[in-house]
Amino acid sequence: MELELTPDQDFFVATTRRFLEDRAAVGVLRGLRDDERGYDEAYWRQGCELGWTSLLVAEADGGGSISGRGVEDLALVAFEFGRHASPGPLVAANVVAAALSRSGTEAQKVEVLQRILAGEVVVGWAIAEPPPNDRLGHVALEAVPSGKGWSLTGTKAAVEAGGVASHLLVTARTGDGLTQLLVPADAPGVVATPMHSLDLTRRFSTVTFDGTTVPASALVGEAGGAAGDVARQLRLANVVLCAEMTGAMDKAMDITIEWAFDRYTFGRPLASYQALKHRFADMKTWLEASQAVTDGAATAVQDDADDADEAVSAAKAYIGHHGPEVVHECVQMHGGIGVTFEHDLHLYVRRVVLDAALHGTVNDHRLRLADILEARENPERPAA
Amino acid sequence: MTTTEPVDIETVEDFRERARKFIRENVPPAEGPQVAGNLSDEEELADVSRQRQLQRLLYDGGLAGVLVPREYGGQGLTLDHVRALNEEMAGRQYPFRLQVPGMTPCMTILLDFGTEEQKRQHVPAILRGDEIWMQMLSEPSGGSDVAGAQTTALRDGDEWVLNGSKVWTTGAWWSDWALCLTRTNVDVEKHRGLTVFMVPFDIEGLEMHRIEMLNGSKEFCQEFLTDVRIPDSYRIGEVDDGWTLGTRWMYYERSYASSPYAILPAGSSLEGDRGVGTMVSLAARSGRLRDPAARALIGEAHAESIALAHLSKRLPKAIMTRKMTEQAASIGKLMYALVRRRLMTIGWELAGPTAAVWGDDDADLGERGVNFLSRQVGEIAGGTTEMARNVVAERVLGMPREKTFDKGVAFREIPKGPPARAREEHQS
Repeated sequence: MELELTPDQDFFVATTRRFLEDRAAVGVLRGLRDDERGYDEAYWRQGCELGWTSLLVAEADGGGSISGRGVEDLALVAFEFGRHASPGPLVAANVVAAALSRSGTEAQKVEVLQRILAGEVVVGWAIAEPPPNDRLGHVALEAVPSGKGWSLTGTKAAVEAGGVASHLLVTARTGDGLTQLLVPADAPGVVATPMHSLDLTRRFSTVTFDGTTVPASALVGEAGGAAGDVARQLRLANVVLCAEMTGAMDKAMDITIEWAFDRYTFGRPLASYQALKHRFADMKTWLEASQAVTDGAATAVQDDADDADEAVSAAKAYIGHHGPEVVHECVQMHGGIGVTFEHDLHLYVRRVVLDAALHGTVNDHRLRLADILEARENPERPAA
Repeated sequence: MTTTEPVDIETVEDFRERARKFIRENVPPAEGPQVAGNLSDEEELADVSRQRQLQRLLYDGGLAGVLVPREYGGQGLTLDHVRALNEEMAGRQYPFRLQVPGMTPCMTILLDFGTEEQKRQHVPAILRGDEIWMQMLSEPSGGSDVAGAQTTALRDGDEWVLNGSKVWTTGAWWSDWALCLTRTNVDVEKHRGLTVFMVPFDIEGLEMHRIEMLNGSKEFCQEFLTDVRIPDSYRIGEVDDGWTLGTRWMYYERSYASSPYAILPAGSSLEGDRGVGTMVSLAARSGRLRDPAARALIGEAHAESIALAHLSKRLPKAIMTRKMTEQAASIGKLMYALVRRRLMTIGWELAGPTAAVWGDDDADLGERGVNFLSRQVGEIAGGTTEMARNVVAERVLGMPREKTFDKGVAFREIPKGPPARAREEHQS
């Protein structure tokens, strides 16, 4: 949790927390296990009314932040999402809403963005691709000019909410550049196939495009010139993921610390064993560091700082490594009950592990940091 | 420590502007990694003298002791001013030898507990670089159990007579004064019979021995005190109430990695300063820069460093705004040690086998090996990570305290070694 909240942020967080405690209680999450959508539509609509999808959208487009610093506000929501292992496509909704507000056409804003803000539709961001193109930043799918529009053929995966989205923001390659297209999910040649995921309520699809054509009006931003927008979207997505992982770690730690006080063996609580206390101290340290590095990344992205990519990759590489370590330690502290479906701990373990793999693995982000550092030290060698 | 903010406080922007101008005009750029390397004694003394001058320069420029009240030679400003100064000091030389433990814990303890006279005499002298202070804290009988100090101070009229030994005093041989924790009463519980004194290193009866570390460094010293006589005016705080200072002392010591009382130029990091000795230059030097495994290690080291930097900013803020207990300073201490450990290992791995066996031309790679050899220093110095972990678990997370055998007994009754019979059995 960030340290210094404005009264408005405090109120916003408290409202979101109360809402999630009620509407994303663990019983609800368990009930969604086999649900195709993974969330209740009314729940999502009401969340949007609270402002979950408005924070990165300009006021002129019907959005608005709480504190004037929308990325930091969104990180607060994401932290609560993690603490409750909440359902709903928070990353995709916000990334696409931000992209449309920034680079979308008036028609896209009216027809799609307004409906995202109202929670009437959800959208997917089709950027990631299946192996061997599954590294951070690899985009193989080509957008080929076709008549006055564009044609797409290829596969995107994993696309969150790809099965229920009204539209997909497709990030594609055009020559050396990137092009983004807002494609209706029911366009000819678009097929979404459900995938399996480690999380209980998050749903992903493989989306194939088979000669799908869209008019020029589907373009979001510049044809071949979307690299800046895509980089920005990746930064936003990773801030949300980092904050969510930190929230889930925080909750898993709370559960485990309580357990350590309540569980007695050999006539004494687990919390009294030095061998375990020392591991709790390490876990607490990694948790606090995760919160600190997330806040740093959110601030850098909010400010569009020169080192925003570095701050984001550092956060994702750090939390992507230590987050799973912390929650696995929480499981170990529980013993056998910790690896059962019956116990709630796995809800948070799932969330941390899933998020660690999305939009760049630990290794991807470490390699990107090395690229950034090398480019800084040897300016003649540009970052890969 | 609470400082009352004057009404006409200099704005952060004005301060930053002033600091920037002064630093650009007066403070030379850093030339290499700013750590105490292996210097000859002559070189080291010359370096200490340079650092005293550098401290004096900052003092004269109105940049020393940002948080220290003006009546004691400081600036009477805020944490935001500290951050601004550290940012403006980025890439500049700074008197690192005088920051820790001189500015904190020594000066901070003086500010918290010293008499008006003690503060007026010593705090400005510390900020001017005239007095370098160290801590006489650990003893040969034990480092972690600080309150178990056995160096005695006995009252003799207006004087105190000190006997015993202190160890791990950094740079005592080129320093001026020390805070010294002593035992003044063995008939009460161990925490209730301690008293703190100021001790000048050049006093009669104090003998100094320099300890050679396994990397060849001789920066640490051991002092032997034999009938050292000091006036009662050197006492800080009440007689037998030394642990009230001691708990504060421990807090400052644990927070030193992120203390706002010490200058730490922004951008300084355990990875090595930019351009000199970074992980990238190391990997290039050892021919591993194009190796993806090496690049992943470079990225890991950087992520760890950035996390440490952000946590070091977060903790003091959390403590000062009372969102976290002061004991959370141990989280910072533990984080520093954990990150340092990983970076030493990564440096060793990037350097390759030459780090273990090097020729004259490969001394830079050999240094990575020597660093790795003494890797554990960061997890021992200034309190072991085991102690930090106890504090985090017990004082931050509220878990039950470890059982000890020194509660409710007079200090003289506390076991200080195995009983005689056990010792014989062990030896046979």
